[in-house]
Amino acid sequence: MPVDMIVCVKQVMDPETPASAFRIDPDARRVVEPPGIPPVLNGFDENAVEAALRVKEASGGTVTVLGLGRQFVMDVMKKPLSMGADELVLVEDDALADLDSSATAYALSEAIKKIGRYDLVLCGRQASDWDNAQVPLGIAELLGLPCLTIAQQVEVVDSGLIVQRALPDGYEVVEAELPALVTVSNELGEPRYATLRGIMAAGRKAPTVWTADELGLEQARLEPKVRVTDLFVPVSEKSCQFIEGVDEDDAGRQLALKLREDKLI
Amino acid sequence: MVEILVLGELADGGLEPVTGELLAAARGLGGEVGVALPDPGMDGEPSEAFALGADIAYLLQDPLLAGPSIDARVAAFEHVCRQTTPRVVLVGRTGSGLDIGPRLAFRLGVGLAQDCTEVRLDPDTNRVVATRPVYGGNAVATVTFADVDPQVAMIRGGAYDQLTPDRSRTGEVVSVTPRLDPSVVKVRHVETVLRERAGVRLEDANVVIAGGRGLGGPEPFAKLEELAGLLGGAVGASRAACDAGWLDHSHQVGLTGKTVTPDLYITVGISGASQHMAGCSGAKHIVAINRDPDANIFKEATYGVVGDWKRILPTFIETVRELVS
Ligand SMILES: Cc1cc2nc3c(=O)[nH]c(=O)nc-3n(C[C@H](O)[C@H](O)[C@H](O)COP(=O)(O)OP(=O)(O)OC[C@H]3O[C@@H](n4cnc5c(N)ncnc54)[C@H](O)[C@@H]3O)c2cc1C
Ligand SMILES: Nc1ncnc2c1ncn2[C@@H]1O[C@H](COP(=O)(O)O)[C@@H](O)[C@H]1O
Repeated sequence: MPVDMIVCVKQVMDPETPASAFRIDPDARRVVEPPGIPPVLNGFDENAVEAALRVKEASGGTVTVLGLGRQFVMDVMKKPLSMGADELVLVEDDALADLDSSATAYALSEAIKKIGRYDLVLCGRQASDWDNAQVPLGIAELLGLPCLTIAQQVEVVDSGLIVQRALPDGYEVVEAELPALVTVSNELGEPRYATLRGIMAAGRKAPTVWTADELGLEQARLEPKVRVTDLFVPVSEKSCQFIEGVDEDDAGRQLALKLREDKLI
Repeated sequence: MVEILVLGELADGGLEPVTGELLAAARGLGGEVGVALPDPGMDGEPSEAFALGADIAYLLQDPLLAGPSIDARVAAFEHVCRQTTPRVVLVGRTGSGLDIGPRLAFRLGVGLAQDCTEVRLDPDTNRVVATRPVYGGNAVATVTFADVDPQVAMIRGGAYDQLTPDRSRTGEVVSVTPRLDPSVVKVRHVETVLRERAGVRLEDANVVIAGGRGLGGPEPFAKLEELAGLLGGAVGASRAACDAGWLDHSHQVGLTGKTVTPDLYITVGISGASQHMAGCSGAKHIVAINRDPDANIFKEATYGVVGDWKRILPTFIETVRELVS
């Protein structure tokens, strides 16, 4: 049975940005884009794209990628297309800057309704910027979809959806009927590389771009439910005591003796 | 009406430790504290919840709560929230809590503060101010809620210590029957597959030896196992080591792994990314072995050795063996 899928992806600051390049604008209460370090696709969203492509390989169907934000870098947002996704829909509007999770879920669910045809919505388990892990659950509530989170395996069979949810000490198998929403975690495995052919095809494909007005979003529902009142970079008060020896072998010995002296072993 | 409602979790007839931590956070806010407990599985009176700070226990009674269904829990908690109209709801970041908190907030049309390390009341507005790490811990935000209740906050594990049990405390028991319609359960649970674990649980260990990408492969983890054995500890890992398949993800410590709070956390070949530190910054003493003197881990460590673990670890283990025998 072919499965029509929508994968929600977010462009984020590269989480590997070194701490030394991490800056915030305390007045705007926003993280400043680090100069020279391009944004990336949220890592878990790449896992979600991978999960969708595996379903498509097994069952057929389509993969539409949906992103909401501003100042998109096309190379970043088109990456799923170069991996094998079919379409890209961008909701891009300055009126949608700095939305909280609740407003983001509302706007994305309206975009999903406008796309119209879907059996499965896939998201990352959380976005590595604000680590909120809320938007997908909100979309599922707003669209009335069964919600299966932190998937490490996603499979569509005749009777519906079978998901392995990663647990702290193993996994659980859960199932639901379609349409449904799944959030995907890194336990699913590495996302595939883009192929040269994929990159060429992605380059030629133009995204569909919608504004807030085109989605008919109501201002009242975009009002924030949580507000950031302060943002700062924490300072560690710890100071490390470096243990040395005449050489590295000796340093290992000295470390053990030091821990014994301080009654830690 | 109750001021603060804790969404409780039960294990083996008693409270999950996280529920004790949530009760401590609730007491810190002041005001009457309620705890909602899915009743099937309760052994007798919720006296432990009272000893740990609850004033009222709402026992949710419904056949659908007998199973592990998250859908049923969301519906039952929604019912008790509408009935008790709390000002604040506190939820733990557990396997089910991570789903329940946000879904409940969306259903009630209110805001949620994720992963809070502190919640307090602003004395001027009498509303919650929550502190929470963001960007993997590279920054910290304080957030407040729009003017609707309840204000839902998810509390980071280990951020609050549960209170010393006061056995003289008693409370009111209220039974709640949400009468859930079976159609609320949209996700069916088929089976749970847990990994067999030998030795001390990572979350409970007093000593944790954690390895990262710098170990270069699965084999060196045998050395960490050996060291953990000598110290009665457990082995942890960074996500990079787990993603590489050197250890399964049940060993992962960090923002999206486990939170550990041992007395001693020894890292080998771990750079100390903020997302890793999110899971171990509650350790009393951190020891870092890393060949890069500028590695972030040294900013968080109590003791550090700069150098190649291949040279440092063998003599360290050998000396530890002599000292503990
Ligand atoms: C949203 C999100 C969630 C995440 N959640 C987690 C999480 O829960 N847990 C987690 O751990 N990570 C998590 N990460 C990943 C995290 O950002 C880092 O990428 C990861 O922790 C790096 O692992 P590492 O320190 O083992 O590897 P690296 O950063 O590659 O560090 C390896 C270290 O080993 C040292 N080394 C190499 N060889 C030797 C040698 N011979 N002797 C001594 N030292 C040596 C190097 O100097 C280096 O410092 C998350 C990331 C994101 C974006
Ligand atoms: N602006 C956005 N555009 C597209 N998808 C998003 C957006 N924000 C969040 N998501 C999706 O929701 C997931 C969780 O995000 P969050 O709740 O913000 O942590 C992400 O991994 C994405 O799949």
